Amino acid sequence: MTATKPLLDVENLRVSFPTPTGPVEVVKGLNLSLGRERLGIVGESGSGKSMTGRAILRLIRKPGKMTADRLAFDGVELQGLSERKMRDLRGARISMIMQDPKFSLNPVMTIGYQIAEALKAHENLSRRDVQARVIEMLQAVRINDPEQVAQMYPHQVSGGMGQRIMIAMMLIPRPDLLIADEPTSALDVSVQGQVLDLIDELVREKGMGLILISHDLNLVARYCDRIMVMHAGQVVETCAAKDLHKAQHPYTRGLLAAVPQMKETREVLPVLDRSQWGGT
Amino acid sequence: MGNPAILLKDLDISYGSTKVVRDVNLSVAEGESFALVGESGSGKSTVLKAIAGLAPDWTGQISVLGQPRGHGPDSGFAKTCQMVFQDPYGSLHPRKVVDAVLREPLKVHGLGNRDARIAEVLNAVGLDQRFRFRFPHQLSGGQRQRVAIARALMLEPKVMLLDEPTSALDVSVQAEILNLLKRLRAEQGLTYLMVTHNLPVVSFMCDRMAVMNKGEIVEIADAKQLHSGDFSHDYTRELYAASGAEAV
Ligand SMILES: Nc1ncnc2c1ncn2[C@@H]1O[C@H](COP(=O)(O)OP(=O)(O)O)[C@@H](O)[C@H]1O
Ligand SMILES: Nc1ncnc2c1ncn2[C@@H]1O[C@H](COP(=O)(O)OP(=O)(O)O)[C@@H](O)[C@H]1O
Ligand SMILES: [Mg+2]
Ligand SMILES: [Mg+2]
Repeated sequence: MTATKPLLDVENLRVSFPTPTGPVEVVKGLNLSLGRERLGIVGESGSGKSMTGRAILRLIRKPGKMTADRLAFDGVELQGLSERKMRDLRGARISMIMQDPKFSLNPVMTIGYQIAEALKAHENLSRRDVQARVIEMLQAVRINDPEQVAQMYPHQVSGGMGQRIMIAMMLIPRPDLLIADEPTSALDVSVQGQVLDLIDELVREKGMGLILISHDLNLVARYCDRIMVMHAGQVVETCAAKDLHKAQHPYTRGLLAAVPQMKETREVLPVLDRSQWGGT
Repeated sequence: MGNPAILLKDLDISYGSTKVVRDVNLSVAEGESFALVGESGSGKSTVLKAIAGLAPDWTGQISVLGQPRGHGPDSGFAKTCQMVFQDPYGSLHPRKVVDAVLREPLKVHGLGNRDARIAEVLNAVGLDQRFRFRFPHQLSGGQRQRVAIARALMLEPKVMLLDEPTSALDVSVQAEILNLLKRLRAEQGLTYLMVTHNLPVVSFMCDRMAVMNKGEIVEIADAKQLHSGDFSHDYTRELYAASGAEAV
């Protein structure tokens, strides 16, 4: 079933921003083909991970510009679609979770209302059915007292709970592809694992595709099947997650070596020779 | 041995009517690198702030190098003890160039030979002299953190309070800053009290750690115990497991 039509097919994706000295490309000809699998995109900040995620959803804000030879989701070329059709697709079939939950949730609407809106935008259901789905979804993200939490406002919940609510909002329309951009960077280590386990479980259960974007090599290795390493707008290496430790590219090797280990014995950590990469 | 570099006795710290840190007892030896770990909100930064004079509402005892600390800012104290914050963006004045940032503590304390001292400190933190007249926004995250460390070093303190000094940085830049901190400690005989949520960073940088949970220290352990995971308190074991003790 995975060998047939890919869920997402991207060829020669480019994102650029104008500068006084001409346009600067921040994603430089990226190719990507994704089935119902879990793909991790890793790289240092500024390497173009978020711009790649946003471009897939055609969410590059002006004055940024994106082009691609092909940007197909489930066999449909997205670049030809009207903005309206795109809006229908976002949420309903492709969802994106951003880094900071407090920023993405509307502060003046109750949590239950926002989750219900996310569902109603894509499905025609009775009030009663909407309510039932909202409660079911809050339970699925392990919120113990869903009726009560549905009445609360975003500022009344902790960061970890806020991020679980975001996940509920993104998954309630039952999308086929979830793009999670640093979904746990704002959370504590102890809560990070819970949130990622939850995403993982829901993705597997529903047979969705997942693109997990992160700067954390250990984290993508743990939660993905395949890993793409980005540097300066380009993919420098793609490998199976279980083979990350055997990565060949010197940039990937450099990143891996720089991570302190729990059983650390090195006196000095190896650092990247930045001159070799032309960046800072 | 003489006095401990940092001594905290029966320390309770409050913000207004809320007590957020209770009954902290801790002794950090001179030259030691000591970590405070625990999840966010557990009171780690508050402990550093109290030592630095930025959280004045406390009871108990705080001494640094044998000197009891008062409750407010204390300029004499600044010469022995300096703090570095997590966010290099927020902690530097946006309209001051590096040179002005580094010159200020020298002016405040009436120290001379300023140009030479600034050049020397820039050198120590591995920043080229050409960065001297740049504004913070013209520097990368790692360069900004080097400036923050340079500023803390200007008065040649003996004790450094480091609050998540690399949490905002990429792993490769983190490695540069951790190496730098380790080298400075060896070269200048510094004592570190460092807040972090990253146990592998403790394993690389520190001799001992105190684990905080809900405002209290639940365990003080040797950093070597991170190799075996052999901890006495349940909360520490949880934190250890959640940190994905297995490596790539
Ligand atoms: N509005 C913008 N104008 C100019 N450059 C931008 C803009 N937004 C992002 N960039 C640049 O695009 C590059 C890639 O950014 P991003 O995809 O957010 O990186 P990552 O998510 O990997 O940290 C960065 O170098 C960033 O500075
Ligand atoms: N300026 C402040 N005023 C009131 N409460 C504060 C202030 N700073 C921190 N707190 C509270 O004190 C507790 C401990 O915070 P903090 O020391 O920053 O924790 P940590 O550094 O471990 O994340 C938290 O509950 C936090 O909300
Ligand atoms: Mg990003
Ligand atoms: Mg803190």
